[in-house]
Amino acid sequence: MLDVAADKRLGDFQLTAKFQLPAAGVLALFGRSGAGKTTLVNMLAGLVSPDSGRISLAGHLLFDSAARVDLPPERRRIGCVFQEGRLFPHLDVRGNLLYGRRRAPPSEPGFGFEAIVGLLGIGHLLQRRPANLSGGEKQRVAIGRALLSKPRLLLLDEPLAALDTERKTEILPFIEKLRDELRLPIVYVSHDAGEILRLADQVLVLDRGLVAASGDVAEVFGRPALRHLVGESDAGAILSARLVSQDEAFGLSRLSFPGGQLVIPRVTAEPGAMLRLRIRARDVSLALAVPAQVSILNVIPARIRAIHAAEDAHVDVELDAGSRLWARVTARSAHDLGLTEGMPVFAMIKAVSIDRQSIARHGRTENPAKPV
Amino acid sequence: MPPLQLTDAEWQAIALSLRVALVSVAGSLPLGVAMAWLLARRQFPGKLLLDGLVHLPLVVPPVVVGYGLLVLLGRRGPIGGWLHDELGITLIFTWKGAALASAVMGFPLMVRAIRLSLEAVDRRLEAAARTLGAGPFDVFLSVTLPLALPGVLVGSVLAFARGLGEFGATIIFVGNIPGETRTIPIAIYTATQEPGGDIAALRLSIVALLLSLIALVASELLARRIDQQMRS
Repeated sequence: MLDVAADKRLGDFQLTAKFQLPAAGVLALFGRSGAGKTTLVNMLAGLVSPDSGRISLAGHLLFDSAARVDLPPERRRIGCVFQEGRLFPHLDVRGNLLYGRRRAPPSEPGFGFEAIVGLLGIGHLLQRRPANLSGGEKQRVAIGRALLSKPRLLLLDEPLAALDTERKTEILPFIEKLRDELRLPIVYVSHDAGEILRLADQVLVLDRGLVAASGDVAEVFGRPALRHLVGESDAGAILSARLVSQDEAFGLSRLSFPGGQLVIPRVTAEPGAMLRLRIRARDVSLALAVPAQVSILNVIPARIRAIHAAEDAHVDVELDAGSRLWARVTARSAHDLGLTEGMPVFAMIKAVSIDRQSIARHGRTENPAKPV
Repeated sequence: MPPLQLTDAEWQAIALSLRVALVSVAGSLPLGVAMAWLLARRQFPGKLLLDGLVHLPLVVPPVVVGYGLLVLLGRRGPIGGWLHDELGITLIFTWKGAALASAVMGFPLMVRAIRLSLEAVDRRLEAAARTLGAGPFDVFLSVTLPLALPGVLVGSVLAFARGLGEFGATIIFVGNIPGETRTIPIAIYTATQEPGGDIAALRLSIVALLLSLIALVASELLARRIDQQMRS
């Protein structure tokens, strides 16, 4: 359990973090820049002391202003990966990887050097200096360095924010592997809803220094009140679906979810695998009857739960299609179709709008690497 | 004897100068690093005053520094008397005293260079090292100091070169004793006071010039290599 109740004032900014979340799986810290994510992370790592409060991790007290406890970072055993990597330029990759390992308590179990190097695919880099690594390689080494320090928790502070899209897609699978293969709780900080959807089980949403919401990712991101935080163009629903079959001829995958069936571009997973999809409101349109002769593969019967005014000339329609779905249509269309609450409609989702970034494997692989 | 051939006495002066300069740098380096760290990283009352004191030898006439050392560390001085009576250490009129005089004179140059390089060290790397299990002193030795190494090197060489050239404070504090305190600059001064000593003064001046040049070039090359290692 990660149990935090801490206050910190920094100039005009006031952070009040109060939450209790299971320290298992991936917990995402989500919020816009300036929401207080980095301050919270630094308080967890021991790099910033809260003005008051209490922080404990899995029964270990890290900070308690009342008891005058403030464990220094080197005694917290929280492995950190920062946005800029922060590799030591005077050491080669091996030296960086072993920096924390050499200082970790020898009696404590930890991951093997070879196992981590293999997992992150950095074996060929060991003799290199950080200056000769690409951005993606640097982050992989930084992750390895943190893992080898025998941490109780891995803290990833926007590890992908400084990378371009191509590098991001290079690193994400490695982080998924960590999640699936190591039994280590991870706190993942990001302002990117897509990354969080793909990686996290739980999410804590920070907004202007306050905890706006916390809980299961799909549930939290589906809440109407939080949709503005995700960003207008990214707002949408998160569905859990099971892979039913592959359509090799057309390169499609068929999924089932509580509201029916979905067809999406082929994903590499075996039938039965649980997937998590993000379906953006702007990619869903509505019809009153099953349309004939359209290119859209997914036509899902639904009922209008509510209609929310959104920015500009459109409205966001909340749908009940077995799962919650959102559709963004123009106010004009809503008027012309006479949309009202409780009305049955058909939600149309273009298969191609569900890209790789919007699909995440949800189920865990059942052979976690054992700590050595 | 050809005019550019060094005499035994001159060789002696050169060897003494090198020893004095080396010992002064080696002896003052730990203190210089500590002082540079204090000035670069800490805020405390009287910091400005301490900063001024460290830099004083740069602007005060060297003979005044020498006189100060004489007063404080002479056999009757408050510190020198104690050193002599309790520890049996005599600085006045010895090569150790010459090393101390050149250490004092080179100290501001050393501290300045190290302080600049300490200030340039990325504090976020130190924070990262803390999260990896290193305590503050460990971080200083394993991250801060290696990253500041080019500055430590440059500071040491500057102080070394300054020590080779030290004259005013040295001659006041430890005098002009052949084989004990007659370093190159003092030997040059002595030569110019003697009839027909011009050639000897010239020889030693060339030596002094070469030694300083070698030290500066070597440090620049080393600093560059370290820098390059970190960059590529």
